[in-house]
Amino acid sequence: MDGERIAQKVFLLAAVLSASVTVLLLAFMVILGLPLFQGGLFLEILTQPWLPGRQLFGVWPMIAGTLAIASLAVAIAFPLSLGVSSLIAVVAPGRIARLVKSAVAFMTGIPTVVYGFVGVFLLVPLVRESLSRGSGLCVLSAALVLGILVAPTMILFFSDALARVPRSHRIAAEALGATPAQVLIYVLIPGAWRGIVTGLVLSTGRAVGDTLIALMLAGNAAQVPNSLLDSARALTAHIALVIASDFDSLEFKTIFACGILLYAFTAAATLAVRRLGRKRTPAR
Amino acid sequence: MKQPPLDMFVRLVSWGSTLLLLASVATVIGFLLFKGYGSFDLKLVFGDTPPLEALLLRRPVFGGLFPAMVGTLSLVVLAISLAVPIGLAAGIYMAEYGRGRIQQALGLFFDILAGVPSIVVGLFGFSVAVFLHRHFGGRIYPCLLISALSLAFLVLPYLIRTTQNALEALPEAVRLTAPALGATRLQNIRFVLLPRALPGILSGAILAIGRCAEDTAVIMLTGVVATAGLPRSLFSSYEALPFYIYYISAQYRDSAELATGYAAALILLAICAMLFAAAALIKQRLGARSHQRL
Repeated sequence: MDGERIAQKVFLLAAVLSASVTVLLLAFMVILGLPLFQGGLFLEILTQPWLPGRQLFGVWPMIAGTLAIASLAVAIAFPLSLGVSSLIAVVAPGRIARLVKSAVAFMTGIPTVVYGFVGVFLLVPLVRESLSRGSGLCVLSAALVLGILVAPTMILFFSDALARVPRSHRIAAEALGATPAQVLIYVLIPGAWRGIVTGLVLSTGRAVGDTLIALMLAGNAAQVPNSLLDSARALTAHIALVIASDFDSLEFKTIFACGILLYAFTAAATLAVRRLGRKRTPAR
Repeated sequence: MKQPPLDMFVRLVSWGSTLLLLASVATVIGFLLFKGYGSFDLKLVFGDTPPLEALLLRRPVFGGLFPAMVGTLSLVVLAISLAVPIGLAAGIYMAEYGRGRIQQALGLFFDILAGVPSIVVGLFGFSVAVFLHRHFGGRIYPCLLISALSLAFLVLPYLIRTTQNALEALPEAVRLTAPALGATRLQNIRFVLLPRALPGILSGAILAIGRCAEDTAVIMLTGVVATAGLPRSLFSSYEALPFYIYYISAQYRDSAELATGYAAALILLAICAMLFAAAALIKQRLGARSHQRL
């Protein structure tokens, strides 16, 4: 029986070790960014502009940049994803739906850096020439590519949720003479709202947490963007850009503030999704 | 019969968005093929070094993708061999031993970890390197080992959940037979449950390999560089395909270098597509098997 007990201990140890990574991640950021938490400095950093020439190292422009890029990306991806999952659920079920679904699943496997690379050499010149303003590296370019990047995750959650609506509800509506569109709008979408919100929240988390697209396509100017064609810097991109500076400077410490913010946001998104009553890890 | 306007609208929107999405993916792949296929030859991988000499590690490769490909391969092998044993063990605990509050709390931690952005995981890896550098002599810098460790953290929650789900999906009849014949809990897991759940676990592991191969944010904070040659040890810096693609997009000097960037993007895309296909194939076999059982 001893082997049994040792095995059980080993399995438990592995689980506890893995869970401790979640805590250590936050602890390391808080400890290394400790000077930030003294004398209200943290709040100042969150609200001030980024003007290194005047010794101001606030990350407010990066928060605004992340909000602009991520919310626009989600706003682009949401109607697109609802359309594609409606096609799968109602408009063209059967072979076409299966084909579209495997194409969407394949899209989740396309490397982010590949999207970014194609964005730099195909979309950015297009944006630059057609709008004849700026370099083409802007909120719009990043959001368009990021929208395509998060759409597959959204679609998989949406079509999963639509398929889970009990068949009896659908049949009842059809028996009452509802057309496919009426079934979709009055029965399936209301019945699947939890899954739809879950997909929306998790995709927003992905859009906020993505580094490469914003870093490669948004231009990285540390300013609050005023229009879609302004350059912006996301929180994630800020971490990647400042990591090379002097470790003991206040400038460097700000990346821990960005890290803590990103951690807090995605953790809150995860908690929200769990409260919605579905336990699922995001599909990448 | 004429369709009602609402139905027309729904059809139009759903076909329109589907075609738009598929067209944009086709554009991404087509653009890379169009720009990249011309530069595929041995010189792309090995530069001016004779391929055999390079493969036997006798002579360094300059101006080819060989060091980046070897770097990515070593990174993936290291990260996966660190993550799979722990992920498997933790997944077994979650499915077979964990009960009640402890299991719920662990599940919450794994879900949060799964949602943490990869750049934050990279920042953690960087911080660990700084910590080790300060407290254990100045010999540790961001390096291959630190990157592999960070990537292992990144895919760990994913591996745990796929293992747990694969085990929990097994039918009750399979679960109870061996214990009824006198097998212990561990014997049941070792000889019955794990083999039956293997396709699910394996396809999860293959998708985790893809994630390690494509991730750029983690490695750019933990030791990858643009030119390092082949990784000399676990504690040296290294090159990697995704970082090379990122680097070229920002710093290319001439059209020849840009062409290798296109080719590198195509190679990475092909690797991830093959891994995806392998995972899908295994999953399909799993589906066929469970139908047989009924």
